[in-house]
Amino acid sequence: MRKIEAIIQPHKLEDAKEALKNIGVDGMTITEVRGHGRQKGHTEVYRGMEYKVDLLPKVKLELVVSNARADEVIRTLATAARTGKIGDGKIFVYEVADAVRIRNDDRGEAAL
Amino acid sequence: MLLVLTAGVSLAQSIPPDIAKKLDDLDKATKSAQMAGDNAWMLTSSALVLMMTGPGLALFYGGLVRKKNVLGTMMHSFILMATVSILWAVIGYSLAFAEGSPFIGDFRYVFLHGVGADPNADYGATIPHQTYMIYQLMFAIITPALISGAFAERMKFSAMLLFMTLWSLIVYFPMAHMVWGKGGLLNAALGGKFPAFDFAGGTVVHITSGVSALVCALYLGKRDNYPDESMRPHSVVLSVIGACLLWVGWFGFNAGSAVAAGSLASSAFIATHFATAAAVLGWMTIEWMMAGKPSVLGAISGAVAGLVAITPASGFVKPMPAILIGVAAGVVCYLMVAKVKKMFGYDDALDAFGVHGMGGTLGALLTGVFATKEVNDLRMGKPMGMVDGDSGQILNQVIAVAISWALAIVGTLIILKICDVVCGVRVSKEQETEGLDLSMHGEEGYNLES
Repeated sequence: MRKIEAIIQPHKLEDAKEALKNIGVDGMTITEVRGHGRQKGHTEVYRGMEYKVDLLPKVKLELVVSNARADEVIRTLATAARTGKIGDGKIFVYEVADAVRIRNDDRGEAAL
Repeated sequence: MLLVLTAGVSLAQSIPPDIAKKLDDLDKATKSAQMAGDNAWMLTSSALVLMMTGPGLALFYGGLVRKKNVLGTMMHSFILMATVSILWAVIGYSLAFAEGSPFIGDFRYVFLHGVGADPNADYGATIPHQTYMIYQLMFAIITPALISGAFAERMKFSAMLLFMTLWSLIVYFPMAHMVWGKGGLLNAALGGKFPAFDFAGGTVVHITSGVSALVCALYLGKRDNYPDESMRPHSVVLSVIGACLLWVGWFGFNAGSAVAAGSLASSAFIATHFATAAAVLGWMTIEWMMAGKPSVLGAISGAVAGLVAITPASGFVKPMPAILIGVAAGVVCYLMVAKVKKMFGYDDALDAFGVHGMGGTLGALLTGVFATKEVNDLRMGKPMGMVDGDSGQILNQVIAVAISWALAIVGTLIILKICDVVCGVRVSKEQETEGLDLSMHGEEGYNLES
């Protein structure tokens, strides 16, 4: 099993969700996060006081899929979340040791 | 001559009793009608001015602080609606408006004794004395509330209550008496030695509060980590709503200061509105030129600056001078908060001094320039301000400005010292980090997860 963690632009979330639904992925967890990579943020001015805002709002999308589906899911996500501009985000992939469905104790891929 | 007099007497004698009674009734009915009209406007104005403090100022200031201090900041305004009211009923109204010395009133109206339905002809011949008293209370509430912008996010609540009580007694009541009280040193209508024009409180309200605010900011010191840590306003949205309520409420403040529903009230209403509009554009333009973008916070700050500056002049100037006063206020107050504050490095957190202290001073001085008998013929045909051809009034305005600055500085310093000895004025570093909402009041403004 693979855990796919994508940090994307908030306004691309709907596109990403739609694309994942179209290839049959229906479980995911979304978190509103803030951060930055090479994108450097912006400056806000309030009555002459300048504030550098370098942590920008992003959406973190997490899902776990079987090894066989991982590549397809990653490609779909990357395409759907892409604008081509700096600040589009990143995707990280992890090995998952096990999964448990809390409702009925299903284990491994059966729990996905 | 004798013949005419005799004829008059015989005519008076010849009015039948039923006609005389009718004339008398008619006279009473006319007076009662005027009283009803004036009283309706003055009660409305009283409510409008209270609305300026809550929710107007509470929202305006509340939006400008960080979210951990939103309740503490709103409480600074709200609690004064209660505290100053009681103080006013017990002794405040008497100290401010009873005839006494040129500096402070005596005790004749203590516990509102003698303040009833009969008009006080000196202050408002066509409204109940009670109405005048409650109208003036609303000014006494908002004035100390304005100061709270300077010490926002770092003053102890207990110290704030003590400070505001003493400040009302030592600074506000005497200043209100000097300018508006019968026999006050600066009163222009009721026998002051240096008659200053202050229609609705440029000196009494805005200079006293704004200058005291600067003293507080210097005495308390900067907020922890200022200006390195981000202290962005947590919600300019709240501030926009607050500023709009202030704009509307200010019609009660300025037009209500005519103490009648006549043409002077209309004139003050109009001067207030045009000055404010001009100040919005003035602030926006200079900010756009100097900082690159026309901010929303800048536009609403310009409105408040214009409202402040036109306050002393509102019942004395025509609409075009009002526009000039507004533009000047927008530009000067922008430079104060965006440039001068940075140059000196004091932490007037929400710019109470930059907007109220400077806007009030500017307005008070310009009143001496633009006051005209065509708007307010207080001197029975003699010139009012410089535009009427007499620049002597400017000196009186300078004296009033100097006295209000001096009283604010000395009074506030003494009061802060007292508060520091009694309970300490500033919260601990831990409390400041936690925020006033939790550390002072045990609650939070936004519990969105609940």
